[in-house]
This record gives sequence, structure tokens and C-alpha cells, in this order.
Amino acid sequence: MTPILQVEDLVKHYPVQHGVVFKRTVGHVRAVDGVSFELDRGETLGIVGESGCGKSTLAQVLMRLEPPTRGRVEFHGEDIFAKRGKALRALRRSVQMVLQDPYTSLNPRMTVGDIVGEPFEIHPEVAPRGERRRRVQELLDVVGLNPEYVNRYPHQFSGGQRQRIGIARALALRPEVIICDEPVSALDVSIQAQVMNLLGELQRGFGLSYVFIAHDLSVVRHLSDRVAVMYLGKIVEIGTEDEIYSRPTHPYTQALLSAVPVPDPDLRARRQRIRLTGEVPSPVNPPSGCRFRTRCWKATEICADEEPALVPRRGDHHPSACHHAEVQRVIPG
Amino acid sequence: MIDVSEPFVSEPFVSEPFPLLEVADLQVEFRTRDGVARVLNGVDYHVDAGETLAVLGESGSGKSVTANTIMGILDTPPGFVTGGSVCYHGEDLLAATPDRRREVRGEGIAMIFQDALSALNPVYSVGFQIAEQVRTRRGMDRRAATRRAVELLDMVGIPAAGQRVGDHPHQFSGGMRQRVMIAMSLALDPEVLIADEPTTALDVTVQAQIMDLLAEIQAERRMGLILITHDLGVVAEVADRISVMYAGRIVENAEVHALYRTPCHPYTLSLLESIPRVDLKDQELTTIKGLPPNLTAIPPGCPFHPRCPMARPQCRERVPDLLPLPEARSSACLFAEELAHR
Repeated sequence: MTPILQVEDLVKHYPVQHGVVFKRTVGHVRAVDGVSFELDRGETLGIVGESGCGKSTLAQVLMRLEPPTRGRVEFHGEDIFAKRGKALRALRRSVQMVLQDPYTSLNPRMTVGDIVGEPFEIHPEVAPRGERRRRVQELLDVVGLNPEYVNRYPHQFSGGQRQRIGIARALALRPEVIICDEPVSALDVSIQAQVMNLLGELQRGFGLSYVFIAHDLSVVRHLSDRVAVMYLGKIVEIGTEDEIYSRPTHPYTQALLSAVPVPDPDLRARRQRIRLTGEVPSPVNPPSGCRFRTRCWKATEICADEEPALVPRRGDHHPSACHHAEVQRVIPG
Repeated sequence: MIDVSEPFVSEPFVSEPFPLLEVADLQVEFRTRDGVARVLNGVDYHVDAGETLAVLGESGSGKSVTANTIMGILDTPPGFVTGGSVCYHGEDLLAATPDRRREVRGEGIAMIFQDALSALNPVYSVGFQIAEQVRTRRGMDRRAATRRAVELLDMVGIPAAGQRVGDHPHQFSGGMRQRVMIAMSLALDPEVLIADEPTTALDVTVQAQIMDLLAEIQAERRMGLILITHDLGVVAEVADRISVMYAGRIVENAEVHALYRTPCHPYTLSLLESIPRVDLKDQELTTIKGLPPNLTAIPPGCPFHPRCPMARPQCRERVPDLLPLPEARSSACLFAEELAHR
């Protein structure tokens, strides 16, 4: 079976320019710097990393909102960047997005019915004009909102309800892939679970595939089948949820996991703490060799000289980009 | 690293008849065009020296308003204190003169805020902002004050503090700015530190660094720390006691281990069941139905009853009192005993 989405060596650099009239390019922000992965039908791939690791840029390139600097993204085996006209419209139907901030991602001057029904203006083949209102009401019902609310405005809803509106809009065209960029991080704790459970139900109901981007490792574990960990524009480790959380081999993954607070005070004493020092280096001038070496406690000479490839390493079968990869269990349980 | 879970060898209490800081029956309302929002409806909590109290709640539960009232920085209007007291060493600050309040602020009780970028003044160097306090309050000259600022920046782990003392807030990263704010709050050696969501805007690895720093400083100086947060994970790692807030009330008080083991209020229980945990595989999340109440129209009776899985007809009749339970805990649920013996 070919994967639904195949990403190969994707690169996105942004130029850093100086000067007012004559702009000189003085460097590049290497936001995404050689990312490869596959996404299967009905699967959720979680992408985790700290701010600035390039996860949101990745989402924008996958959505074809930004052209890549290099690399290929194939949807059902076809290059998405080669698509034009009708083929591009069909692609837009099949790949949709849910955004982070439900306050700024909905037009305050449109009613909920117009927001959720707007995709049909561009893709009338999905729902003929006479059927739209009924379709919108169905969608609202699917995401757990009262179908009577079609004439209300976004400000009349809470954050969690707005995120449901955003999800309904993403579902309108019956997509195959939904790219979720931090869909629950702006929501209150008691509301997060509602939206996460909804995303899970929709996936089972419609056979959706998700690329689920988040910084919260607990949320990602809960929803993902496979997980990719990003650092400074690169995937440093990728594997099934169990491989990443129970048998991490990359020091960065281990440090991230050990920093996640666990809501159980009895684990305080039993937890192993790895504390990273310093901060993420600038993506304009990433360190040579392994990009994590400046903060890594295992770093040796080879780490500065040779960039570690993302390949299966000793200790476990899943790919890890570390010369000194070794399984270390950092979360108890 | 200091292990914060280690209980402190507490000194005999004879010398301290009052808790270090005690909030009692605090009531605050916001008078807005849409009506009166009853933001605090009788909040009680206290903190002692060397202790970390976590105040846990969702947005709109009133946890930050309580902190602002303690500090005397509540925006009036729209916010008005309509009752209750804030006692520092037994002295009611709400009845104190503005001069006395100013004295306590910074020296007695200091606060750090969630968003360091907007809490720091962008046009002055961080060194100036820290030094300003010791110059005006301790009468230090400019040079001595700057030296003190460097010491403080060094203490909170800012590398090359001597060179960075003249930098402006925008030249620091998020984590470093939060350290600057911690340094600033410590300038006058406060006895109580209120940290309002100090790590919410930070990445997890930086969050861990900042929480370690706060715990270390708190233990070293035996400060009373009030940690305001919505994050049940952070609370479990650092708190000694927890007060859970909902709709402007404390609904449960307990020692940290007891709270997580047997929550005695359905809201606490539901929160714990609804958060994903990084150490659990294939976890079922039970959601809390509905939304937090609108504070201009809090439901009658127990404010949580419309969302509560155990609600019974009695719950609608009157607001349950925060009643004591064994193990020095308390809960504002009519059926707390039942929950305790589950």
C-alpha cells in the first residue's frame, strides 16, 4: 500500500535580508532542513518539538501555502508542487487544516453557517447550492454543536466551541488528510479533552489521516500512532508512539520527555531528571554536525564533524539521528 | 539540586501566631456594562514560610484576581473588593494605608507574572529596572545598586550577568526574561513570592529549568511561594499544598499527595480524569461536559452542579460550605465524605 502522504527531504529556507532599497541576502533561516516521513491512511503522525523547531513551517509547506526550497511531497504518489488548476483544486479539497487559535482563525463578521459553508463556494461539486444549509447543519451536529446555531457569530461561542467550528470547516469537503497545528493548546484543560476526543471520533468515523503538530508531549502521545521529534528544522527521532515514549534513543527526546511534568506527586522521587542547559541555537547558524551537540551531555568529537543520519541505531529498530543512540527509559510506568 | 518534596524540619510555631499570609473570605466583583461579575466569592487560603501553595484553576476561576488583590494592583474600576481580608503577619493589608501597602509590596510580598515581555519595561535596561528598587527603597547609590543587580542576575543563572546587565528586555530569550523577572522580584528579599503562571509561555525544557530555579530559591530563602497555575503536572512536581479554585471559590484544599490520590471534590476528580498523561498508554479521557459558568450569572447552589457527574437535587439548593475533612483537608462538596471513601 502506498502511503497517502510521502515527504522526502523537504527543505524550507527563508532569506534574512538587510538594507532598505537594495536588499542583500545575508543568510537563511533554515526553518525546515531536510525532513522525510510517510503518513498512512487512517493514521496519526504526531510532530513534537519546541518553539522554533520548524513544525509550523512544515505544516504550511505541506498545505502548499509556502513553496518549498527543495524536496518533494507526494499525495497518493503525485507531487503536490507540480499540481496546477483543477488538480490543485482537488488537492486542496483532500488536504485541510485546523489552526491553533480559534479566536483569530474565524472571521468575526461571518456567521457560523457562512464560515463552515464557505468551502462549498469554491467546491460546489461537494454540495449543490440547495443542499448547503442542510450540509452545514450536519457538520455542526457531527462536531457536537447545536445545528440551530448556524446564524450565530463566532464571538457568541467559547474557545472550545470555536475550535469545533474550525474542525467543522476542515471537514466540510470530506478531506482525507487534516493537518492540525496545535489544535488544543489555546484551550482550557477541561476543554482540551473534549476536543481531543472529538478528533479521535472523527478519525474513526471518516477514516481520516492526521498530521498532528503540538508542543505538548502528553497530548501527542494520546492521539498519535507514530511520533516524529523535531529539533532545529530536522527530525531527530521517529517511531511508533511506544518506541518514542518507552524506548527513546535520542538524547533530545530523552531530555524532552524527562522535562514533561507528570500529574502524580508520588512519581517525584522516582523520576529521572535530565536538565538541558542553554537554549536552542539560532536556525540561521545551526551548529555543525549534529545540531543538538551544543546542549548534549553525550557529545564527542564525531558529533561536531559528522552529521548523524536518521537511521535505525543499535538498541532499537526505529530511526534516530544520534551517533551515540542508546535506549534510555525516562518516564516511569 | 534541592529535592523539594523533602519535608522541611519546621521550627516550633510559638513565635508565629499568624500565618505568613492569609486570605480570608475575599470577595471581589467587576462592575461592567454587561452587569456585575462576581469574580471572587469568598476565597480563603494561607501560606507559611518555606511552603509552596499551588492555586489551581482554569481561566476565569479568579486565581489571578486573588493574587492582584493581595498585591494591591487590582484594576479599580472595574474591580472592587467587597469583603474579606488579606492578612500579612496578621495585619490586614486591605485596611492599611497606601504608604504601608507600598512598603509591603516588594519587601513583604513580591510577584512574578506570566508574560515577562509585557511585564518588563522595554525602554530601560534590565539592570536599571532591578537597581531602581534597591536605589529607591534601600537608598543605595547607582554603582552599588548595579552591583546588586549583577549579583541577582547571576543568582538566577543568567550567563555573563556582568555584561548583560545593560541589555534591554527584548535582547533576552523567553526563559532568560523570566529569570530576569525572578531576579527583580527577589531584589528586596520578600517573604512571600506569588508566581502567576510563571512558565505557561515557555517550552517544556525551559519550563523545567525555571521551576527548578524557583524551587531552589524558595527552599534557600524559606519563602512562602504561591504558585498560580492551570497545569496539574507542574503542581504535582513542586507543591506542598493545593487549593483548587472554581468560579471564584476554593472548592478543595489538600496536601499534594492526598489530593492526587483521593480527590474529594468532583471538579478536582474530573480534571484529573480529563488530562492526558505522558506516562500512560492508551489512556481514556473522561471529559467534563459544558463550560465554566458565566460570572455574571453563576448558577444557584454549587456552581459546579450543571457540569457535575454526581450532582443531586440538593446541589441546586445552596452553596456548599468549604468543610474540613480528616488529614487537614477540606472540600466544598456535599458528598465529599463519599468521595473520600471511594
